[in-house]
Amino acid sequence: MIEASGLSWTYGDTTVIEEVDLASHEGRVLGLIGPNGSGKTTLLRLLYGALRGRGTVEIDGDPLAGLSAKETARRLAVVVQEAGAETTLTAGEMVLLGRTPHLSAFARAGARDLEIAAEALERVGATHLGPRSFAALSGGERQRVLIAQALAQEATHLLLDEPTNHLDIRYQHEVLSLVRKLGTTAVVVLHDLNLAARYCDDLVLLDRRRVAARGTVEEVLRPEILEPVYGIDIERLELRGEIHLLFRPAS
Amino acid sequence: MHDPLGISRRRRRAVVWLAGLLAATALTIVVAVGLGAAYVSPGTVAQILGHHLLGLPEPGWKATEEAIVWKVRLPRVLLGALVGAGLSVTGMALQAMVRNLLADPYLLGINSGASSGAAAAILFGAGTGLGAYALPGSAFLGALAASFLVFALARSGGRVTSLRLLLSGVAVGYLLYGLTSFLIFASGSAEGARSVMFWLLGSLGLAQWDGLLAVAAVAVLATTILLTLSGRGLDALAIGDETAHTLGISPDRLRTALLVVVALTVGVVVSAAGSIGFVGLVVPHLARRAVGSSHAIAVPAAALMGAILLVWADVLARTLLQPQEIPIGIVTALLGAPFLIVLIRRFAPRDV
Repeated sequence: MIEASGLSWTYGDTTVIEEVDLASHEGRVLGLIGPNGSGKTTLLRLLYGALRGRGTVEIDGDPLAGLSAKETARRLAVVVQEAGAETTLTAGEMVLLGRTPHLSAFARAGARDLEIAAEALERVGATHLGPRSFAALSGGERQRVLIAQALAQEATHLLLDEPTNHLDIRYQHEVLSLVRKLGTTAVVVLHDLNLAARYCDDLVLLDRRRVAARGTVEEVLRPEILEPVYGIDIERLELRGEIHLLFRPAS
Repeated sequence: MHDPLGISRRRRRAVVWLAGLLAATALTIVVAVGLGAAYVSPGTVAQILGHHLLGLPEPGWKATEEAIVWKVRLPRVLLGALVGAGLSVTGMALQAMVRNLLADPYLLGINSGASSGAAAAILFGAGTGLGAYALPGSAFLGALAASFLVFALARSGGRVTSLRLLLSGVAVGYLLYGLTSFLIFASGSAEGARSVMFWLLGSLGLAQWDGLLAVAAVAVLATTILLTLSGRGLDALAIGDETAHTLGISPDRLRTALLVVVALTVGVVVSAAGSIGFVGLVVPHLARRAVGSSHAIAVPAAALMGAILLVWADVLARTLLQPQEIPIGIVTALLGAPFLIVLIRRFAPRDV
């Protein structure tokens, strides 16, 4: 599990994240939601150490600050936004790069690494994409290959930064149900509240740098909590036990 | 064999390519050594090389042929191969490190630094304490000073970002270009200006069996091996700092370490042969097209392709306007620029 307490990050004079606590639980999907500029991506980057701010992050009880880059990468696999958009590598080569934290700097990937990478590609249902050029894939295919790269990393936690960005609705669902199916402890930054409702277990709602609410999906996705944060009228429906939110401009 | 990643197939293909390129390099060296004002047949060249390198018996050849092959042309061809390989692998590494396909070995302002050093040596006798090595020595010092300056400018808060590196390189390059022009102008020596110009356009004419050739050999071979072994790191850097970081590589530390190695090697190469353009820009693209972008494979391929290309460019430089020699930089520019134009035309619209 990932536990963060008192996380703060300032950029120049601007405080982007202030005193945030959060915990992701074993085998559950934690969603980070909030309006634009609320600090979701910054918070995620603090969790995987791309940014070092005030406060502490612990991964399975060990402080992140005390782990080497390599050790961190063996515990946290991250799917960043728009990664590899300009690469000329093939999808297979991209997935194999996921083995990096398990190899010494100058070692070549061996038969076992190739096997693990091939399995990862199979788990995301993208075996046929292996030899193709990564940059030539569609957005949904790229996202699946990047998730395969993260799987090849064999980390205990999976972090994703807006994995549904720029994807068609069908691929949005495809990618997130994939994440769910994997069963790994995951932290996902999400824009779309209905996707969060469907694919997350727990949510942290950010509003202007701070945590506005936290809890299970059922606890957080309530109109009285969301309306003041998003400035929009929200109606919550439950159909067949699933939460659906409807939005209307604030009256 | 089951190969869903397509990587085993790529590796096999790369082995074939590398074996072919290695054979082509050897052949190029033997043939190129024979070409020039006095022609020596490849068979004779092979015999002379066999005699010197492997201690094979002397079946009889003219003493002049042996002198031409062993004393004059072989060091020149070897230097050409080393310079071509060195420029190509450093160009490829820099393209990955700054994520820009237009990056070349001179990005760090190294050639303009070396030019200033060479101009100071030719026009004002700088570095005469170095004896025979006065020219390459002061060119190397100029190169080091330039790359140090670029580096210091690009570094902020312990980080070297690609954009700052590019901008610093351009700024320092212009500054030193100005300095070189000023030195030429201030010296008032027409003949000196001509030799500086000749040096600026690149030449392998200084090649001989000396320390410089040995230093170039060590620097280029070591750098090629290091960059090949660091292939995965280069792959990750080429994708992005964020990706490198999440894969457990510290992008700033790796970039800094590789930059130091690259700067030293380019410094050595430029000191030995002047500033030869286009090789370091074009060859990496050729290599990637042939064997793919994975650096562990593309780097050695680029080294061999660069070696072959530069040796042939030098053959043209030596023979086109015999007995006059054309600066090799003119040949590489005339050959390389159309190449680049073709490359630009072939890029799919979304790539540009």
